Amino acid sequence: MQAGAHAEVHAGHHEPTSFWRKYIFSVDHKVIGKQYLTLGFAMAIIGGFTAFLIRWQLAWPETEAPILGLMQESGFFGPDQYNAFVTMHGTIMIFFVAMPILLGGFGNYFLPLMVGAPDMAFPRLNMMSFWTIFVASCILTASWFVPGGPAAGGWTSYPPLSADPNLSGVNWGGHLWLLAIIVEFASFLMGGVNFMVTTINMRAPGLSLWRLPLFVWMEITAAVLFMLSVGPIAAGGIMLLLDRTMGTGFFLPARGGDPLLFQHLFWFFGHPEVYVVLLPGFGMILEVLPVFSRKPVYGYKAIIYSTIAAGILSFVVWAHHMFVSGIDARLATPFSITTILISVPFAVMMFSMIATLWGASIRFATPMLFALSTLATFLVGGVTGIFLGSAAIDIYLHGTYYVVAHFHYTLFPSVFLGGFTGLYYWFPKMTGRMMNETLGKLHCLITTVSFNCVFIPLFFVGIAGHMRRIYNPLQYEFLKEIQPTHVFVTYAAIVLILAQSLLVINIVWSYFAGEVAGDNPWNANTLEWATSSPPPHINFETVPTVYRDPYDFSEPGAKQDWTPQWVPSVRGVS
Amino acid sequence: MSSATTTAAHPQYEGGPFAQLPFGRAGMWWFLSSEICVFGTFMGTYALMRIAAGGWDAERAHLNATIAIMNTIVLVTSSLTIVQAHAAAEAGDREGARRNLLITVLLGCLFLCFKTFEYSREISHGFVPWTSTFWSFYYTMTGLHGLHVIGGIIVNFILFLATYRASWDLVKHRVEYAGLYWHFVDVVWIFLFPLLYLA
Amino acid sequence: MGSWFPENISTYGGDLDSLYYFVYYVVGAWFVAAEVLLFYLMIRYRRRAGHPAQYIRGDTWSQLAWVLVPTIIVFGLDMVIEAKSGPLWARIKEVDHFPTSGVEVHVSGKQFQWEFTYPGPDGKFGTDDDLTIGDELHVPVNKNILLDLQAKDVLHSFFLPNVRLKQDAVPGRTIKMWFNATKPGEYEVVCAELCGFGHSGMKGAFFVHTPEEYDKWVSERWPATAKAASTNDTAS
Repeated sequence: MQAGAHAEVHAGHHEPTSFWRKYIFSVDHKVIGKQYLTLGFAMAIIGGFTAFLIRWQLAWPETEAPILGLMQESGFFGPDQYNAFVTMHGTIMIFFVAMPILLGGFGNYFLPLMVGAPDMAFPRLNMMSFWTIFVASCILTASWFVPGGPAAGGWTSYPPLSADPNLSGVNWGGHLWLLAIIVEFASFLMGGVNFMVTTINMRAPGLSLWRLPLFVWMEITAAVLFMLSVGPIAAGGIMLLLDRTMGTGFFLPARGGDPLLFQHLFWFFGHPEVYVVLLPGFGMILEVLPVFSRKPVYGYKAIIYSTIAAGILSFVVWAHHMFVSGIDARLATPFSITTILISVPFAVMMFSMIATLWGASIRFATPMLFALSTLATFLVGGVTGIFLGSAAIDIYLHGTYYVVAHFHYTLFPSVFLGGFTGLYYWFPKMTGRMMNETLGKLHCLITTVSFNCVFIPLFFVGIAGHMRRIYNPLQYEFLKEIQPTHVFVTYAAIVLILAQSLLVINIVWSYFAGEVAGDNPWNANTLEWATSSPPPHINFETVPTVYRDPYDFSEPGAKQDWTPQWVPSVRGVS
Repeated sequence: MSSATTTAAHPQYEGGPFAQLPFGRAGMWWFLSSEICVFGTFMGTYALMRIAAGGWDAERAHLNATIAIMNTIVLVTSSLTIVQAHAAAEAGDREGARRNLLITVLLGCLFLCFKTFEYSREISHGFVPWTSTFWSFYYTMTGLHGLHVIGGIIVNFILFLATYRASWDLVKHRVEYAGLYWHFVDVVWIFLFPLLYLA
Repeated sequence: MGSWFPENISTYGGDLDSLYYFVYYVVGAWFVAAEVLLFYLMIRYRRRAGHPAQYIRGDTWSQLAWVLVPTIIVFGLDMVIEAKSGPLWARIKEVDHFPTSGVEVHVSGKQFQWEFTYPGPDGKFGTDDDLTIGDELHVPVNKNILLDLQAKDVLHSFFLPNVRLKQDAVPGRTIKMWFNATKPGEYEVVCAELCGFGHSGMKGAFFVHTPEEYDKWVSERWPATAKAASTNDTAS
């Protein structure tokens, strides 16, 4: 059986031996996954640096920012550069950090392993998807250096500002920004096709859809959401690029166009997109919670149904980003209702995750600490969404720091805290080494505390009426008295950024000197733990057969408190 | 594409309703579902903006429905020929598959010729993408479609060449998937044509 | 929390703030309950000798009730919030619900200034006594103010924090707004949508005048039609 599987995917190519085929142009999903992780981490450094610059400017307006002075003439920067930093921070974090790490990195590495497949369905397409996003990253990076500077219209890039270089002063920077994003979409479309076919068509015998790990469910839901929502933004991006370069009139009123059209296209994609970024993180904590609680996930099917419901609903909430944009006021009510409805499936997921701890035997290893931190922190993001979902309250809060705080409380926990959960959990599988627990716990504590110190105050700053994308708050009388808050937040942000060095040190040290991990150091049940750490090129020397659900921990009658998926029933019933 | 597409049934994998599809066919459908959303967006947006603008009748009068009808016939015929190519491939008829693939490629090129001729006429009359919002949509939609036609021609031509060298099993399935893509390109045109030229 | 809101000076602002507090207490209670439960479970079910984990799958209806019943309650509360929010939104934003008469001002946003056009003493726009002033909005207290909002170049967003009013200004459109200010004073009108490198600092002065101050302002701005009030007849 395994010879057939091996021959199927690898007929025509043997395990590569040359450096280039093994590490650079590899078709092995594990190598590609690591390439995506590397790209994501590299871009995260740039994304984090832009955040530092934004926070510096807000706390100490019009002073020289450290480090920036080493990269350009002086550390002092004006509002045009500030807008560019704000734009690139959002763009990089969503498209070049979150998606590469969560989908391209962990998704690529673990999806085939968790379904018992030797590789993705289309390994060469997989390789192409990585190099495509690599090219997109190069284009985006190049946009920093062109005359006129990089894009500065916000990651949302609303026209007319973004459609006419005369209005923004940004020329090639804006063209390249659009091109980079369009190319990135192509990359994830390729990846999405691979995820879907691999999951549906390449599962190991016995692995029915209702026995799939929740991480896999989350990844394929994200893939479907992305594939179906990217169309409108791709169309919108093409139209915007044409408006910029060829004088077309899609979004410019002077040429017969409508600025609001772009907003509809953007947010029709934008809302499903935030779930694309959110669900994988949830998937990772849903893997970790049962393993470190030694009991099944509470309500496995309820979680899956909720995920699908949330995915479907995500397509009908988009105009909650546009309540005050100039749409017909009567549209606000239906979108307000759908927005408030979407909290229902998430409530089910949150309550189920918390309920998983009922009757548990919790081991507070670093992955579990991060999973719990994700849960506790995400709750803030979830509840603050209710305020913004009310159209009336949104009249005041739209475009203020309340929104900024809300979305950082949904994105950061899922992407970073959830991503760290996955990283600490799966590092042993990827490298064969355990990570250092002390450094990990310290990393979790400092990250969680400093993150909250950065973003809780920003809710208050938003309530004070502080608008987004403001270069110098001291220009406003009504904001002057809250300036000390900005200073506090910036100090906390510096701590948050510096705390990530603990992770870097841990990764480097553990890779070379960490304790050897073995196949299944966490005593977990899903298929990736059925093979060696790291897995061999073909993933499984013997393709496993699946006999059970993914989270059978502490099953009555079992000799040990875990019963892996690849072990026949202990009670004679499969 | 990996050679995992060589067998239609995958007995070593878990079954289920959709799991029996060959990888290539499943993958192509996923890809097309996303592409449908791209063209669907353009068409929906065009329709809404046209209604809001009052119909764009004056602008649309400058389009040439005759060339468009000819293009429709060319594309529909090419969809037929690629079906023939697939049927021939399934039956083991190398020559037939080869011939029909070539005709499909040539018909695709003919489509592009007619389109180029049409564009040049319009441009010479002063109708360029930046003339008005209607023309922006017209050029963008037909241009994007045209790029997809070019992509399809390249793929079909590569397959045509592959019929001389590659394993027949491989060719057989890839002709089917390329055919699916080509049908999609055809269907997009079948929607674009009435939307732009007729309605 | 309360001290962070700018002072409310509008007729509907208080209702908006009240709705905020209502939501705050409702979601706050749930938030606290969820966090307390989370921490309680973490502590109670920490790994201890003699307390193995229990094989609870949460997949029977009676077990799922623990998740579904709170969810239904959340849903119900969401609907209550919506029921309160809908009418307030309509009052502030739906043109059919606007007051039918009041003092009219035309607002136009441009890079990087707010332009306010006043109809002048004749009360009509498009006549000779129209006056456009940059970055100064003058309104009388306790009167309905009806505004038409436009934009000249890019998107801007007209934001009066103290009134709790915000509306994006879209080139190619005229959008109607209204408010009624209840307390005289000088406040700020700012731009809340990124409009270019001058977005930060795009702001103006927002004056709410007592009737006397307002008459004085009018006579200063339109001296030819100044009423011959004894205290105010020094032409500027």
